[in-house]
Amino acid sequence: MSLFAFKAPGSTLRAGAALAAIAALSACAAKPPPPVPVNSTPSASRDNYTPPPPPREGPTSAPLPGGPRPGSTQDFVVSAGDRVYFDYDQYTVRDDGRAVLDRQAQWLGRYPQVAVRIEGNADERGTEEYNFALAGRRAEAVKGYLVGHGIQAGRISTISYGKERPLTDGTDEESLAKNRNGHTAITTGASGG
Amino acid sequence: MSPYAILALILPLVFAAGLGVAVPARAAVEVDVNKGVIAPLPIAIPAMAGADARASAIGVDVSKVIAADLERSGYFRPLDPASFIQQGLDVEVQPKFADWRTINAQALVNGKATVEPDGRLRVDFRLWDTFGEKQLLGLQFTSTGEDWRRVAHKISDAVYKALTGQDGYFDTRVVFVATNGSHRARVKRLGIMDQDGANPSYLTEGAYLVLSPRFSPNGRQVTYTALRQDSARIYLLDLETNRQEALGSFSGMVFAPRFSPDGNRVAFSVDKGGNTDIYVMDLHSRATTRLTSEPSIDTSPSFSPDGRQLVFNSDRGGAPQLYIMGADGSGAHRISFGQGRYTAPVWSPKGDQIAFVRQNGGEFHIGVMAPDGSNERILTSAYLDESPAWAPNGRVLIFARETGPGSQPHLWTVDVSGQNARPAPYTLPATDPTWSPILK
Repeated sequence: MSLFAFKAPGSTLRAGAALAAIAALSACAAKPPPPVPVNSTPSASRDNYTPPPPPREGPTSAPLPGGPRPGSTQDFVVSAGDRVYFDYDQYTVRDDGRAVLDRQAQWLGRYPQVAVRIEGNADERGTEEYNFALAGRRAEAVKGYLVGHGIQAGRISTISYGKERPLTDGTDEESLAKNRNGHTAITTGASGG
Repeated sequence: MSPYAILALILPLVFAAGLGVAVPARAAVEVDVNKGVIAPLPIAIPAMAGADARASAIGVDVSKVIAADLERSGYFRPLDPASFIQQGLDVEVQPKFADWRTINAQALVNGKATVEPDGRLRVDFRLWDTFGEKQLLGLQFTSTGEDWRRVAHKISDAVYKALTGQDGYFDTRVVFVATNGSHRARVKRLGIMDQDGANPSYLTEGAYLVLSPRFSPNGRQVTYTALRQDSARIYLLDLETNRQEALGSFSGMVFAPRFSPDGNRVAFSVDKGGNTDIYVMDLHSRATTRLTSEPSIDTSPSFSPDGRQLVFNSDRGGAPQLYIMGADGSGAHRISFGQGRYTAPVWSPKGDQIAFVRQNGGEFHIGVMAPDGSNERILTSAYLDESPAWAPNGRVLIFARETGPGSQPHLWTVDVSGQNARPAPYTLPATDPTWSPILK
């Protein structure tokens, strides 16, 4: 029984995508090799020769094994990046975050049917309610950037998870830095679910 | 257990021999709670006598609960029953004071449990000053049989008050957030227990995260924040019916709710567009008033006991600090000026102090200061100390502590003097405690 309604933000999708890619690769590996024609009937005359059928036409738009389907959540995560990070007790989008959000805005511009929820997160080195408000500011900062880059505000909702939903359990500075983030979660409109 | 069964009778117990004065005179033996260092008072609490086997068993348990309550306060040192010289005390007979002085028991609590024909429990008890050779208290408590622990807590409260001069806090309950799982995948449920850890149970099932519960002044309701995947809202939960209702309808995230001292209003924060402000709702009319309008984080409101002011947390000065404003939002001014970051203020029920979290030098501290910002004292220090809440007597604080990186949070208590910091009697991971008033 699942007692908890949240998905761990991001990790479920990533894990799912990785599993799908592995499954695709192993399926290829397990496929028996095509029968190799062996010239076991030297007596057969060339007149009886029937040319082999042309190779079956595959779907030309098929992604490379492991590659995301365009317009999918996985595509968004891989090609744009779904998370931007913040400095301690700050909610200003950093330069590295702007690069991610520029790509998010481009991607969302290509798929106008997609709606997103920005989830603000804070690290554990603060108290609960202040960090809840701080993470709310981070979510709003991400939303503001995307709106400023042409994405309709109506496509973007925001929520704060405060320090309640850290990305990692680690407590070193690197882990804490990861836990100070704004996560862009696609809620509707992605292809392939 | 019916949580709010009323103790039917609390009667002064008149001593048959005629020496007893039920009204506590100023005790000759007493604990000075304002001394620099607490020297716990040696006290003897022999098993209460019982009229029959069942009553005797209850009497033994009642005495154990009293001893544990008083010991945990830090002001008393219950003596080992193996050292007792006088045995078989009769509540109607004056004890042999010399026998108790010999083992250095400065106070003695004895009594008798009786199970009435209708199943109700009656406990007669007396508190004695063994050196002054006089009775300090003689009381009779009656309750339903299942509420025997509450009778014990009522006796603890009476003894504590007679000997410290302060109201007790033992017949109370604590609501908290029971946590389960790693930080990353945490389940958080509202839990409730007696203040001594007995009778724990869950109030919510864990389908959503719960934050910052607060008792209503009458102890019958709890307000808290429910955090779901796409919303943060505040609720009123009725502890008798277990029914709850959402409070208000806001476009933003709503959190940090607390009752006013008269129970008629709830103050809380709303985050709209990244700006968090404090609002107050009248629970009868459901009218909402906005109290702050700065472009800063304004949260963690807490009413003064007279309901006329609020202390709150704001970063309007650049970093989180404590501010006080009128209950109408007027006259906001800063009261914290030390180094570091101040958050999570809670006004003492006595009104004289404000507890808070101060983050400084890589550590978290629980501290207290006067409402004018003077006399700041730091009481605790740890990797993470937060969510302080007052016992109803304004003498003890309960809070959540993580002892080191990655450790689970647990509830702790500390005397407002900074002494007697110890884990609360609930051993599972928990945060966000709130202390009920004395139960009726």
